[in-house]
Amino acid sequence: MIFPYKIGTSLTAQTGVSHLSLFLIAALPFLGAVFPALLIRAGRNAAASAAGLTTFLALMGLLIHIPSVMRGDVVTARFDWIPGLGLNANFMLDGLGFLFALLILGIGLLIILYARFYLSREDPMGQFYTYLLLFQGAMVGIVLSDNILLLLIFWELTSLSSFLLIGYWRHLPEGRQGARMALAVTGSGGLAMIAGMLILGNIVGSYDLSVILQNKELIQASPYYLPALILILLGCFTKSAQFPFHFWLPHAMAAPTPVSAYLHSATMVKAGLFLMARMWPVLAGTDAWFYIVATTGLITMLLGAVIALFKDDLKALLAFSTVSHLGLVTMLLGFGTKIAAVAAIFHIINHATFKAALFMTAGIIDHETGTRDVKRLGGLRHLMPITFTIGTIAALSMAGLPPLNGFLSKEMMLEETVHTTWLHSHYLVPGLALLAALFSAAYSFRFVAHVFLGPERDDYPAHPHDPPVGLWLAPAFLVVLVVVIGLYSAAIVGPLVAVVSSAVIGGEKLPYYSLKLWHGFTPALYMSAVATLGGLFLLSLHKRGENLWNALPRPEAKTIFDAIIGGLTRLSRRITDELHNGVISRYAIILITFTVGLGYYAYATGTIGVETRIPLPAQPIPIIGWICLVGATLAIMWFHRNRLLSLVLIGVVGLIVSMAFNYLSAPDLALTQISVEVVTMILLLLSLNFLPTETPWDSSAPRRWRDAAISVVAGIGSGALIYALMMRDFAFPTISDFHLATSYKGGGGTNVVNVILVDFRGFDTFGEIIVLGIAALIIFALTEAVLSTNVRGYLLNRKPHWPQSGDSHPLMMVVATRVMMPIALMVGAYIFFRGHNQPGGGFIAGLIVAIAYLMQYMASGYTWAIERQRFYYHGTIGWGVLIAAATGLGAWFNDRPFLTSDFGYIHWPPLEEFEWATAILFDTGVFLAVLGAVMLALDSLSRFAWQPGMAQEFPMDINPLRDDPPEEEQEKEQA
Amino acid sequence: MEALVASAVGVMTAAGIFLILRRRTFPVILGLSLLTYAVNVFLFATGRLALNAPAVLNKYEDVPYTDPLPQALVLTAIVISFGMTAVIVMIALSAYLSSKDDHIDMSASDSVDAPGEDA
Repeated sequence: MIFPYKIGTSLTAQTGVSHLSLFLIAALPFLGAVFPALLIRAGRNAAASAAGLTTFLALMGLLIHIPSVMRGDVVTARFDWIPGLGLNANFMLDGLGFLFALLILGIGLLIILYARFYLSREDPMGQFYTYLLLFQGAMVGIVLSDNILLLLIFWELTSLSSFLLIGYWRHLPEGRQGARMALAVTGSGGLAMIAGMLILGNIVGSYDLSVILQNKELIQASPYYLPALILILLGCFTKSAQFPFHFWLPHAMAAPTPVSAYLHSATMVKAGLFLMARMWPVLAGTDAWFYIVATTGLITMLLGAVIALFKDDLKALLAFSTVSHLGLVTMLLGFGTKIAAVAAIFHIINHATFKAALFMTAGIIDHETGTRDVKRLGGLRHLMPITFTIGTIAALSMAGLPPLNGFLSKEMMLEETVHTTWLHSHYLVPGLALLAALFSAAYSFRFVAHVFLGPERDDYPAHPHDPPVGLWLAPAFLVVLVVVIGLYSAAIVGPLVAVVSSAVIGGEKLPYYSLKLWHGFTPALYMSAVATLGGLFLLSLHKRGENLWNALPRPEAKTIFDAIIGGLTRLSRRITDELHNGVISRYAIILITFTVGLGYYAYATGTIGVETRIPLPAQPIPIIGWICLVGATLAIMWFHRNRLLSLVLIGVVGLIVSMAFNYLSAPDLALTQISVEVVTMILLLLSLNFLPTETPWDSSAPRRWRDAAISVVAGIGSGALIYALMMRDFAFPTISDFHLATSYKGGGGTNVVNVILVDFRGFDTFGEIIVLGIAALIIFALTEAVLSTNVRGYLLNRKPHWPQSGDSHPLMMVVATRVMMPIALMVGAYIFFRGHNQPGGGFIAGLIVAIAYLMQYMASGYTWAIERQRFYYHGTIGWGVLIAAATGLGAWFNDRPFLTSDFGYIHWPPLEEFEWATAILFDTGVFLAVLGAVMLALDSLSRFAWQPGMAQEFPMDINPLRDDPPEEEQEKEQA
Repeated sequence: MEALVASAVGVMTAAGIFLILRRRTFPVILGLSLLTYAVNVFLFATGRLALNAPAVLNKYEDVPYTDPLPQALVLTAIVISFGMTAVIVMIALSAYLSSKDDHIDMSASDSVDAPGEDA
């Protein structure tokens, strides 16, 4: 039927074709992620090409937006996903998003090339590219999101996919630990950020970034500004490895080098910076922002630089230098001035280029020499000239030497620190920044001097030589960028920096700045000179410095982290063990008493209206039914130790319940209940075959009294509640009137219950048949698992509880069931087809047909029935779900939401006019799924009962020897 | 009539809960079945009771109809609860056949030490 309300799936086009391409850019990596995993069977080149092509396409999609981005336009694509929650799949592309997407996709492409040659034959490359593309998609999603809820989803996705990437070498304990640590730190930061973002959204009243960014005054005046700021910054700081969360980044270096290069130069750790830049217009500019962000950045910058100098592992050195540079950008953003924001953006670009190149260089050295321990390297400049050139240029840019790009942004940074006062001190920030720059220069020089310079050695683990072109091409490209950006910065990245910076500062007028090498004799130039010379001096003292460093006591972050995590694990384990001790009846008691208590609380504190309905008169037959039901129920409680008897009694209860449904105007329910009753009884009887026939006494008398008291209270409560409900009219108008009014006009059926099932609430029903199918598959799997253990032997040799009839397939029953089979199927078909207009439908028909089949199993035996079975029940379930889904999808081709149904009338003389609805196709799916599920469940249970001797018996065969008591057999043998 | 339905729901709930609190699998399964009846009738009754007013539209005259929505919900609930009963029956059966013990509570010897951190 056509829904009266509109389900929001509208694309509001703004700029013609372009709005779609934003979705495509974000979706392509996710879509493409399938291909490497599949194509790896066609070879490693195929997998790598698929990944590369996907990234390339996404990159092209991004680049076609250059004209509009450069004009300063914001490209948007909107899609109302869950409007009720304010969750819209809105994407926007402005300068900032463009820069980051460019870095993510551009460097991603280089990494894909590099990884193809880096990974060895043993590494599962398809998996690698799949993870990489998933990660890439998540990152692109973050930077293009225009909705903070959507952004949070992508944010969490990066945590998850980076976990897979960092732990890619799962055979290495360091890899697993590093991945776990990264996930724990960034994941918990992400949780904090979710809270912060929700607060922010609440303050503004919208979760759309573009709206939030317009409301600076509102946000900063709100009393919730500070909590929101701190929570969001927790997310950013953990992601961007800011002090004191910096420790996860070096441990994540256990990943393969392409991953390190990608995650730690251009993407993952930049996500935190991106978010700070994104939120800069509304969050920055307060004292809280300055002192939290700038101070954290400053400490991180200094700490990272100092530690990096004393790391011998090349990747650890680069990791800490990354921490330091991230601190630098954070600090710049923290200053809160526009010009500092420009410097931050410029440094993000520069850092991405030289750091990715350096990571790749470290990977090449590791790959070709067999080690990345600085102490075992040295003198590689003649052995690996290409690598030497690439590495040296990149490292000198990191040190901040002219004319490379690192120099430019470092100058700008130093210049800004000079203008910054921290708690009235003019010297603190520039002083510490200078110190950090000095250490930064020192470790960069060390990277060059201790790896490439010095005498050649003869004890390299492998003979060093330059790698194939595939490995050095990517870093070489980046190094060219390093040089070119350094020399012609204003021409090459000037416009980009301008566009991005104006996006960061919220579209306001840019301050004056110029990107050039020579600014005259400024304080920043002197500071640069001091840093460079100081760095050289520090390097010459490295030996002594190292001894001092090793002698100093240092807190080891991993130990602290492990201790905290260990403590938390022990605590939660203790709580879990206390609460969840395996005594299921205790859980049940807690649940029931709590529910009863809650009900009592509601009763005691709420108000109850007056009775508005007149009770229906109780006639004699319902009273007799009530007596039977209550009597049977009480008898079950009394006789429940005799299991067979209690099954008979529960059958009585079920029968009366279905009669009551029929009496109370619910014929569909009555039909369903009675057919389910039959199937359930067969199931329980079959299972009782294998279980003890008696329940022994094992609860003490006080315990039984306590349980009885709890259950009586709960029973009185539920009875009273439903009585009170039934005696009153609805407090609000219900949707049922709508269903009654539109069932025929909109759904084309007069049986409203069936129309609700297959049409109004078809999506529910669709879910339910899936659940039913899953339940049946669980039963099948459980049977398979149990029968593959030694239980099978026990079952084969089992003696039944009760004496068996010599006539296992009674003639009468076999004949009767076979005659009844076509009739039963007819009834099933009849019930099915009338379902839309009269009581019946797919559920009931499925059950009836299942019972028809079960009769054959019972009368003629499992073996006989299974030999005649053409279709597996798994397939029946699957077809059912697929047919239902296909019917639902069909609505899409007519531009209607999923599961919209259609109907019409057909008139074939001499038949009466009849109606045809697509809902009947859906009901066919329901029918098949129910039939398959019931049959699969009972079929699995029957397999327990199968014993080898049964195969020789056929229906209507009589075997007088069957199950003779052993004594008689022995007597016969003796005779 | 309402009193009959309500008291039946109450009795079935009480019996169901009492059996759920037993310590062997079979009574617990019986208890869950009884509780299922109780819950289904409860949900059905939230649509209020009506006699001779099935929610099947009558083309020829204007007649009252009962509330169809709870019926539709209960219908699927009946079928799903069959599926769930079948699953717990199989779990109970497999547990009994594997351990020759049909207690539902874990004894102390059943609990396995949690695996340590991998290193």
